[in-house]
Amino acid sequence: MSRSRLDPIRVMLGAEPSKTLPVSEAAQGIHVLKRQSTKQLSAQREALHSGFRNSHKWRNRRWAVLLAVNLLFVLSFRLDIQILEGSLTASRFLGFHLADLNSALQVMLAHKHIIVNLVIGTVTVFMLWLVLGGRTFCSWVCPYHLLSELAEIVHLALASRKLVSDQTFHRGLRTVCWVVFAVLAIVTGYTVFESISPTGILSRALIYGPGLALLWVLGLLLFEVVVSRRAWCRYVCPIGVTYGVAGILSPVSVVYRLENCFHEGDCKKVCLVPHALAMVVKGRATEATMAVGPDCTRCGMCVDVCPSGALSFGVKGLHRLL
Amino acid sequence: MSGSADSRRPASSDVRPSGGRKSRRSFLRTVLLGGGVVLAALSGFLPVKYAMARRLRPPGALDEADFLSSCIKCGQCLQVCPVSAIRLGDLVDGYGVGVPYIDSREQACDFSCDAAQCILACPTGALTYEKPASLPVRVGAGLSRKPILKAKERDAENTLNFRERMGVARLARPESCLATKGEGFTGIARGADFSGRLRYVSVDRWKPVPVREHPYAATPCDLCITSCPIVGAISFEKFLDASGALRERPAVHEACVGCGVCEMICPVEPGCIEIDAREVWKA
Repeated sequence: MSRSRLDPIRVMLGAEPSKTLPVSEAAQGIHVLKRQSTKQLSAQREALHSGFRNSHKWRNRRWAVLLAVNLLFVLSFRLDIQILEGSLTASRFLGFHLADLNSALQVMLAHKHIIVNLVIGTVTVFMLWLVLGGRTFCSWVCPYHLLSELAEIVHLALASRKLVSDQTFHRGLRTVCWVVFAVLAIVTGYTVFESISPTGILSRALIYGPGLALLWVLGLLLFEVVVSRRAWCRYVCPIGVTYGVAGILSPVSVVYRLENCFHEGDCKKVCLVPHALAMVVKGRATEATMAVGPDCTRCGMCVDVCPSGALSFGVKGLHRLL
Repeated sequence: MSGSADSRRPASSDVRPSGGRKSRRSFLRTVLLGGGVVLAALSGFLPVKYAMARRLRPPGALDEADFLSSCIKCGQCLQVCPVSAIRLGDLVDGYGVGVPYIDSREQACDFSCDAAQCILACPTGALTYEKPASLPVRVGAGLSRKPILKAKERDAENTLNFRERMGVARLARPESCLATKGEGFTGIARGADFSGRLRYVSVDRWKPVPVREHPYAATPCDLCITSCPIVGAISFEKFLDASGALRERPAVHEACVGCGVCEMICPVEPGCIEIDAREVWKA
């Protein structure tokens, strides 16, 4: 695989985006053009901004989907409508097995004996997110993501009043956590990560009723409000790595169009994984049109916030199909 | 570390720490966060190690260590249980968070599903009708024959299809057992507030009903024996008490699967008969 294709994967695992990737001629042309016409561009930018209102279109759609999926779990049990039985770690959709990739991995590594139903459930879910974009799971399904977004709003409000500040950590920690929890599962024979996974804890709490384990989730949220913005998803959660890997070859992604970009950086400010948006920095894009890498959760916040339409959802090959 | 004193000083906006110190501090912070998370996760080992709660697992559960590792904590077993006997472990269970267990005094598994539906629902084989060959069966855990369900004793296929017991019932407080004292029991077994349910084939073959709606009148008290859903698991045995009187007391047999119905129905407080969870049969 070429360096340009490998770089987003390295970035997902914790590396800084490379600044020395080969730049295509088309992109170079646009970069040069933008340097030459700064006055016209700033006039255009002003015009765009005056008419722009963030409609939160994708955020609202996403929240609706996230709530609907989790509600379907809850109602399938509470009202016994039996559409989506189980919880996020494993379930049956109309009888078909589904298994969360990371939970299944933990079970396989810890138990070292894999039965057919688990393989079916895992492969089905893998295919699903291969198509929909791996970390799409994080922002469109994971209930912790939603709570974390709310905590983020509080954190940013407090930070703007200088009451808290965002302590950053090395993003490589998340990859280290993935490896450590995989090794712990193999060595101890317990699904160690599952006991602290806020995704599993929250999903079960929603469906089966609250328990003490919610205190752990509350602690995480508190940490994110007071100490570090979106810390769990950014620096720790191995589920993100697992789904990120599943989505490496996904056709669904946020697509960046260099031509439309004014390099203002609003997208990076709202992004959970701003390192994945390194190409929006002036002069950095290597292609005229690029897909945002596998660490992107396809949450669409950047699409919502971009006043010039440089970011949009795209499906590779769809125009050929249509 | 010559700069350690400096690095504790908070960085103000005009005195920025140098690049090297900053990255060292960031590295330390990252190690702390990672260490904290891993420690929190590892603390789940303590309740497991010290067996703070010796849980009764649903039928067909693998041995405890294998069960904890193979269970994906989804609760599908809980969803199919017709008497809601299955609950999920909480924070105090450590690695048992989200893992199913049964509190049989509150609601025992009475097999009103006829076929151990929870085993059927399990997506990972943590609950299984038959263990894979690689997992040994503990001596005394295996049942000498598949348990025969009283409710379908006359059916062509009258067994529950699993091979190992959940535990073993034991007359834990023989001194307070009504039968042992030669006394009977009349009334509602566990009081009017008790929410537990049982299937009474004489009332409804398919639907479990609240125990409080099913009063008893038995002399001597034989609730544990008549309620037992398994053929040949418990019966009266005769014995001579201290005064030399011939009495009867419940005796548990090898066919006991440890479902806990006897424990649930015992009308004495605290219950006289209990399940030793995950215990094996000792002849």
